[in-house]
Amino acid sequence: MLNTFMVYVENKPGVLTRVASLFRRRAFNIDSLTVGRTEKPEVSRMTITVDADFDQARRIEANLYKLVNVLLVENITNQPAIVRDLAMIRVAASHEARSHVLELANVFRARVVDVAPESLTIEITGAEEKIDGLLELLRPYGVLEMVRTGIVAMRRGSKSSGPAPVKETTMHSEVNDNVSYSV
Amino acid sequence: MTNQDNRNHKATVDGGSDEKNFPNTKGKILKTMTGAGILWECLEREGVRVVFGYPGGAILPAYDALKHSKIHHVLVRHEQGATHMADGYARASGEVGVAIATSGPGATNMVTGIATAMLDSIPIVCITGQVGSKLIGSDAFQETDITGVTLPITKHNYLVTHASEVARTVREAFYVARSGRPGPVLIDITKDAQQSTCEFDWEAARPQLPGYRPDLSPAPAEYAEALELIHNSKRPVILAGHGIIVSGAMREVRDFAERAGIPVALTLLGLGAFPASHPLNLGMMGMHGEAWVNHTIQEADLLLAFGMRFDDRVTGNLKTYAPNAKKIHIEIDPAEINKNVKVDVPLVGDLREVLLELMPKVESIDRSEWLDSIDRLKGDSAVRDIQNLPDSGHLYAAHVINDLWRQTRDGKTIVVTDVGQHQMWEAQYYKHEHPRSLITSGGLGTMGFALPAAIGAKVACPDSEVWVIVGDGGFQMTMCELATLVQENLKIHIAIINNGFLGMVRQWQEFFYDRNYAATPLLNPDFAKLAEAYGIRSMTISERSEVVPAVQSAREYDGPVLINFKVEQEDTVYPMVAAGAALHDMIRRPSPIVETAEDE
Repeated sequence: MLNTFMVYVENKPGVLTRVASLFRRRAFNIDSLTVGRTEKPEVSRMTITVDADFDQARRIEANLYKLVNVLLVENITNQPAIVRDLAMIRVAASHEARSHVLELANVFRARVVDVAPESLTIEITGAEEKIDGLLELLRPYGVLEMVRTGIVAMRRGSKSSGPAPVKETTMHSEVNDNVSYSV
Repeated sequence: MTNQDNRNHKATVDGGSDEKNFPNTKGKILKTMTGAGILWECLEREGVRVVFGYPGGAILPAYDALKHSKIHHVLVRHEQGATHMADGYARASGEVGVAIATSGPGATNMVTGIATAMLDSIPIVCITGQVGSKLIGSDAFQETDITGVTLPITKHNYLVTHASEVARTVREAFYVARSGRPGPVLIDITKDAQQSTCEFDWEAARPQLPGYRPDLSPAPAEYAEALELIHNSKRPVILAGHGIIVSGAMREVRDFAERAGIPVALTLLGLGAFPASHPLNLGMMGMHGEAWVNHTIQEADLLLAFGMRFDDRVTGNLKTYAPNAKKIHIEIDPAEINKNVKVDVPLVGDLREVLLELMPKVESIDRSEWLDSIDRLKGDSAVRDIQNLPDSGHLYAAHVINDLWRQTRDGKTIVVTDVGQHQMWEAQYYKHEHPRSLITSGGLGTMGFALPAAIGAKVACPDSEVWVIVGDGGFQMTMCELATLVQENLKIHIAIINNGFLGMVRQWQEFFYDRNYAATPLLNPDFAKLAEAYGIRSMTISERSEVVPAVQSAREYDGPVLINFKVEQEDTVYPMVAAGAALHDMIRRPSPIVETAEDE
């Protein structure tokens, strides 16, 4: 099954190589890996999805912790989380097809970000399944080019993750950690 | 170091001198030093007395600054030798060994030694020069991306491009190398980082490793589960590994075994962790382990793995491994848990601390029935008193090693072996009573390890008698280090077990490749003459009666001695569990040659 890890690492040169090298070395198969900045300049955050069973997932976590630059690993596979992927899709859109494509984009709450005489480029953000869905519907029109970022993930609720949790001083006292709103 | 006359000197690559003294914000007087000077200063502060190395262009600033340091530099003949020496130094002393080399080929020559240390969890720090930081990535002369090359074979590695990073990096490297599960750390320092200057502030350069957690300990519930398994077990075995020695838990393991009445089987790297003469000691397990040890493990109802990692050479086929046994795994590295063998209770932490926690709650249980049944398993095959055999006219490696053990058993002897048949015979016929008395490459199985590792061991323990036991194949991989041995004036004894073959490979060809001895016969030089060329005393022995006098003569001689033992060419290590076979499925000696009694 696909496991999703949030991995907090020191923001230093070469750390991505160390993580990627670990997955190669131990023959763990990466499905998707994204990396970017966080609210702390010294910390980068990776979202990694890997096809692994329960024991393998434990070993991946343990091996990640062996990397000196890895600060925190959280397996959020079975936890409530917001998971988002972003795709840009260039679709062939001749005069007749154009309105159909635009309609589909609207239904999926996707945005048209570039218009050319014979094509449209659509930007869509969402869970992977949503993007897969749009992609399937666009395919008959001719998908000329597609690029996806891979997923980023965040736990639901107001409880922050991370190596040193943010102090909740700015929060209202009655805020319940377990309440969240899908929007 | 407080020479005021030097104040007017410009900052140079001289390193150690303190040209400019001025207070920092806290009123502390800080010295301005070169990166090279800081490097040696920090090594000294980390307790380093000796480094093993080989100079070259990109590391020259560091070598130039060596003159200010109290550290002794051992000039090796090949950088692989430097890493094995640092490794042998670490294994003999328990301290961090240090190797140093230049960029490019100097650095890549270290790769085998680093991988050897990685697989056996040996704390070494390797320092390599690197081309100037502005040249990195330009394929400059002798440029290699050595941090990239060594990424999967180091515990951690660093590229240092500024003098100001040197102090913290060295402190972190030593901390990482020696803490938790030890391992090799490489520091790659650019030439300009060695040459440029900065203020040296040891205190401020404290390690900053927010993600590094070497100190783990089990939860109380896990202790309780382990105790329940131990108390309910009728047929338990302790699997004693290298972790005992690393953790310094020899005494605790002995107390535990005696208190709970549990017999102890050892891995190759565990030899010496539990006294060979102890009544609860079973001997070595695994591919060339004793038959009764492997049978005991297969029949056990509880395995207590102490600082070992269920390597394929000790488990045989995992599907049939100890099928009726529950498993308790005491291990410092969480990534080893459930890696090869699924365990029932993992206790992740330092072995000694875990045992100290466990000990007061362990009940003393009479397990004489189990111990008696193991004794019956031993049968006659336990008798290995080859000294009582009539002289068949053949000299076997077992004779040499057993005689050597008899001669040196009372002393403070360190045996350093290479890899192959002689290594397995050493494990079977040399009885180790003390930790760190056997130094051998287990995980990586690095031929050529013995001679340089012995040099490291002798440098670490000058008062110990050091014997190299090495095959004629492995010896020729690193025999250039004979010159290092002579240059350092080290009294090391070298016993070449010379059978004219790559013996272990030949044995596999005999068993599994229809005796097609492809590329295993060796045409050897005259090793005695070779030794003479280096000014080393030598002997050539081919009769059994000559073994003891030769060993005695070598021990009495004040200097290094090389003995070329010409042994039976096609001898075989028994018993043997073929790769992938079940642990109890052993190939046994067809007819007794060196044992007094028949094997089963």
